[in-house]
Amino acid sequence: MNAPVSIRRLRALCRKETWQILRDPSSNLIAFVLPVVMLFIFGYGINLDSTAVNLGLVLEDKSPEARHFADSLYGSPYLNVVTSQTRAEMEQALTAGRVRGFVVVPLDFAEKLKRPSDTAPLLVVADGSEPNTASFVQNYVSGAWSGWLQQRASERGETPPPGISLEPRFWFNPGAESRNYLIPGSITIIMTVIGALLTSLVVAREWERGTMEALLASPVTRTELLLSKLLPYYALGIVSLFLCVGVAVFIMQVPFRGSLLALWGIGSIFLASSLGLGLLLSTVLRNQFDAAQAALNAAFLPAMMLSGFLFEIRSMPVFIQCITYLIPARYFVTAMQTLFQAGNVSPILLDSGMFLVAAGSFFIGLTALKTRRRLE
Amino acid sequence: MFSRILTLIIKELQTLLRDRQSRTILIVPVFLQLALFPFAATLEVKNNTLAVYNEDNGRESTELMQRFSQAQAFTELLTLHSEAEVRRAIDNQQALIVLRFPPDFSRDIVAGRTPKIQAILDGRRSNSGQIAFSYVQQIINAYTVERLGSLQKTAPSTLVVRYWFNPNLDYTWHILPSLIAIITTISALIITALSVAREREQGTFDQLLVSPLTPGMIMVGKTIPAMLVAMVQGTIILLGAVFVYRIPFEGSLLLLYGSMIFYILALAGFGLLISSICATQQQAFLAAFSFVMPAILLSGYASPIDNMPVWLQYLDWVNPLRHFVVIVKGIFLKDSGLVALLPNLLPLLVIAIATLGAADWMFRRHLG
Repeated sequence: MNAPVSIRRLRALCRKETWQILRDPSSNLIAFVLPVVMLFIFGYGINLDSTAVNLGLVLEDKSPEARHFADSLYGSPYLNVVTSQTRAEMEQALTAGRVRGFVVVPLDFAEKLKRPSDTAPLLVVADGSEPNTASFVQNYVSGAWSGWLQQRASERGETPPPGISLEPRFWFNPGAESRNYLIPGSITIIMTVIGALLTSLVVAREWERGTMEALLASPVTRTELLLSKLLPYYALGIVSLFLCVGVAVFIMQVPFRGSLLALWGIGSIFLASSLGLGLLLSTVLRNQFDAAQAALNAAFLPAMMLSGFLFEIRSMPVFIQCITYLIPARYFVTAMQTLFQAGNVSPILLDSGMFLVAAGSFFIGLTALKTRRRLE
Repeated sequence: MFSRILTLIIKELQTLLRDRQSRTILIVPVFLQLALFPFAATLEVKNNTLAVYNEDNGRESTELMQRFSQAQAFTELLTLHSEAEVRRAIDNQQALIVLRFPPDFSRDIVAGRTPKIQAILDGRRSNSGQIAFSYVQQIINAYTVERLGSLQKTAPSTLVVRYWFNPNLDYTWHILPSLIAIITTISALIITALSVAREREQGTFDQLLVSPLTPGMIMVGKTIPAMLVAMVQGTIILLGAVFVYRIPFEGSLLLLYGSMIFYILALAGFGLLISSICATQQQAFLAAFSFVMPAILLSGYASPIDNMPVWLQYLDWVNPLRHFVVIVKGIFLKDSGLVALLPNLLPLLVIAIATLGAADWMFRRHLG
């Protein structure tokens, strides 16, 4: 019986694996080019802050009062107002997606406004097929509308009724820019994918090419085999993680407030779990075609949908929330957002770290279990 | 000629469905995604925690707090007692939003002044924060209107808001039609991109090339099985959307499947082009992935295309998924007709012709 790990054999195996990586330009492409390209696409492509929504305006009433209200819409920095003569034209524009909503000032608007006993309704129609934008349309229009009401009241010499003012203050991210938290989250998605991509094909490839049999016939132990598949790819992965963070901070100007040591620590644990997942799929499926599809379905989509990177986990039904606990990306998203924006908040980092250790050990342990030393 | 292509198609389908493992991988993820993602993909704010640091404790602030605890968005109300607790609640993400009532809040209200509530939000989740903030704002507005109800005459104007195509702003109505497009993308692209590479690796591609099949026929033979698989997967999602999630399908099925064919042709073009360039499955997979990921992210599914910078919107024109998401949503929710969809169908046609042509040229070059 030989020791579970012999440094000499492990080094030889790692060297072989490293050569294979270096020989195949695609691995370098995955580790260094792909992440940066992805980060740019994420950084510029995913944005929840509407810059200016296209809003249609139909002035059926052309009185000074109606125009006064229209001015408040034109004045809003969030709205890009397009006018039209008829409702029908606007309805068409809305269906085609040229505007995300429109406002109708009805014919009797000024008249009703004049009568103290009456209220003058304004119709706002928004495109519900884009729900997030639709709620922003509603918010922006009602903001402009209440501004107009206040201005109108003060011009008429009415004292504005006492109210309660609510003052928002976004900690860590005073401008409430969504990219400041989407980019750290994006790095997580990218690293999940890179990790699973790097390893999902390696064991399957050995089986398909028949070199696995040769490896199994040698005195290589299971631990050595696994480590030799993990270590070289870990090295690639961690360099790629730091590359992404560098691009995010220096080129995309996202503030980073945590420590690099914490990033390295939690990044390493996370990589172990994502490399482990790839390795597990590859070991179980033994077929590159299947492993590729499975990696896509098991790594990318859950990381994007269930990690809380974009969609709020607390808003999901309870049974889905339970499933998110099984997704390693969830913890890394929280950890990255915290490291970038809030700094080293130890309770969050510790929590995330512990779950990641569990996930990593689970995937790698299962892979070890599934790696049979014998041929059938 | 048709029998040759048919033989190739049958062989291709047999490879795709040859054993249980392969069949499972084509079908199970579709059902999983259908079951999970519509619930997960929501930007609404529900079941969240609102924390209150009330330095006032008068009758008015207590009443407001009660109203907050009845709101759907906040199922949990956390009471904080010091500045340090406020910091901890936000830092550790115990609460999405902390409201801070100043010491003389109730007195100010009674005296007819306008007191100020501070809302502290977690900037790590600023979109949810903004939505939660607008809920809080609505509650406070309703409260002030009610309080002033007796004093004031009727409001001079009101806003009547209607949401078309999705009256309750239900996120599943937005997600499921998009999901039809996304699911078809993944399988159609992977199948076309990897199948040639697989044959190359196994050495059977040379046999295909020396057979009487022309490159064009081989391409047809690779495209149609992918199309069949993708359409079956798309149909599963469609049925789920209509019968399980009860989303009304407004448009024409003929138009949906017709445009799906165009879409899959455009995808197959990209897939075969990747196939013609890559030597190994690993390379093909990587290339397919580098295409699918941005295609999905920039499709308008994750965040609206309107929010992207203009140069990226132009660049995104080559992304067939972006056009197809608009088409599926248009047919599904808005009952868009052929004419309304032309601005999105034509790009698909152009992309299909360009990529299929390029792939054909690459295959021929290999032969020569």
